Amino acid sequence: MEFDFKPSNSVAVAGVATTDFGKLPQHDTASLGIWAFREAVADAGLTPADIDGVVFHRVEDYQKFLQITNIAPRLVVSATEGGRMFGSSIQVAVQAIMSGAARTVALVYGNDGRSAGARYGGQDDSYGTGSDQFWAPYGMTSPGAVHAMLHQRHKALYGTTEEQLAAISMTFRKHASLNPKAVLQKPITIDDYFAAPFICEPLRRLDYCLINDGGVALILTSGEHARDLKQKPVYVRGMAQRSRFASGELPEDFGYAAMQDVSKRIHEKSGLGRSDVDSLMIYDNFTPIVVFALEGFGYCGRGEGGAFARSGALALGGRYPTNTNGGHLSESYMQGWSLNVEAVRQVRGDLGARQVQDAKVVQYLQGGPMITSIMYCEEDR
Amino acid sequence: MSYEKPLPRIDELSRPFWDAARENVLSLPRCNACKTFHTSMEPWCSRCGHEGATWERLSGRGRIWSSCRFHKLYYKGFAGDVPYNVAMVELDEGVKLVTNIVGLPNGTLDEMPIGMLVEAVFEAVTPEVTLVKFKPSASGTGDVP
Repeated sequence: MEFDFKPSNSVAVAGVATTDFGKLPQHDTASLGIWAFREAVADAGLTPADIDGVVFHRVEDYQKFLQITNIAPRLVVSATEGGRMFGSSIQVAVQAIMSGAARTVALVYGNDGRSAGARYGGQDDSYGTGSDQFWAPYGMTSPGAVHAMLHQRHKALYGTTEEQLAAISMTFRKHASLNPKAVLQKPITIDDYFAAPFICEPLRRLDYCLINDGGVALILTSGEHARDLKQKPVYVRGMAQRSRFASGELPEDFGYAAMQDVSKRIHEKSGLGRSDVDSLMIYDNFTPIVVFALEGFGYCGRGEGGAFARSGALALGGRYPTNTNGGHLSESYMQGWSLNVEAVRQVRGDLGARQVQDAKVVQYLQGGPMITSIMYCEEDR
Repeated sequence: MSYEKPLPRIDELSRPFWDAARENVLSLPRCNACKTFHTSMEPWCSRCGHEGATWERLSGRGRIWSSCRFHKLYYKGFAGDVPYNVAMVELDEGVKLVTNIVGLPNGTLDEMPIGMLVEAVFEAVTPEVTLVKFKPSASGTGDVP
């Protein structure tokens, strides 16, 4: 049985917050989480004592968090490092509210990757099942290299080009130029893209996301409760997930089949189609995954993701303005979290220069490996 | 001169692979029921669910599934090699291996297109470890990815 997203049992986002992003060495992950949590609770017009569930992601010392915030929630769950656990975290929160396990749940994320010197690839990297046996001796390492290989194959099968990847990077950077919190705000040209060094060819530095410190929090509660609070409620009209871990780090179909399944289910659950969607937020640790997600979620034909991205559809003013905060590529790599805050802020309608005009429905897409989609909407039906 | 690149973390399950490689043989576990080859050394078949596999020799022939070329240095042992290529090779038996392609004039991605036919070569790097690399096959270039 799947949870029904119906008005009588709706879940809404009542509060959101993002900390500064960058190098914040005075904060550990718990401290970044506390910073975001306090602001999100205040944003909702609540007090910490109103929070009776907390779902942590990447917060190492959640005990310290609970001591300092001095709260005694009925539900505490902690997900480990890895952006793949974003969707699972929010799913637990949504279901806890729907089932009555908790009334008001805080989702708390803290990432000290920059100050802690987080490295993706090389010695001690654990990305890739069996990588210590069969990858490292050949110099194979890092999620970026996996995306380089996936793009190289996508290019051979469908003709996807680096010019198309550059368009994604440039579009999100332009959006970041309108976001004072973005780590990189200076617009880039196609020449900048090609002048940037290869990291793992065919991908260059501007195909990679930005490792930084930062915290994000969202306060979820029932729609009924949210309507009495300070902010305009933003309803979670549906969410769906599907693991594609079984097909390994380099799926033969780029995750297409699993994304098609998630796509079908989210539209059924939410009652909202692609034509209803005003803006997209797409998990962008590397540019190629944006191409795969656009295809897998049906925003273009199979193999056409690169051309679609280059058409201008993802830019502010285009049909589906995407990652209006700059995304992981230009705002900061907050592993899905700040993209979801951006979705909520778009529906609230208070984003100033980067506001999508009249945004009512925003869809979040995560192309793998824990494929996730969430539909945010200003109406509960 | 000592070998500075990462060496495989050989354990009881994977030892047969490295023992065979030292004899210049490519060998992997094959499901006793559905006959699928796997790179997982565990006894359970991810295709049919059967428990029980037997180590068997593979042809060593395959084609390039995809490739990339490292310019950033992640392991200091590769300092003299960057940029170096890494490929995913799909063997004729259907299983995929991460490897390096050797025997190319410059080792660029253009020289190792997806679909190119390759065959295994064995490179002893320490007395214990022989790596399985691939070179372009004498029988030419495939054209179907």
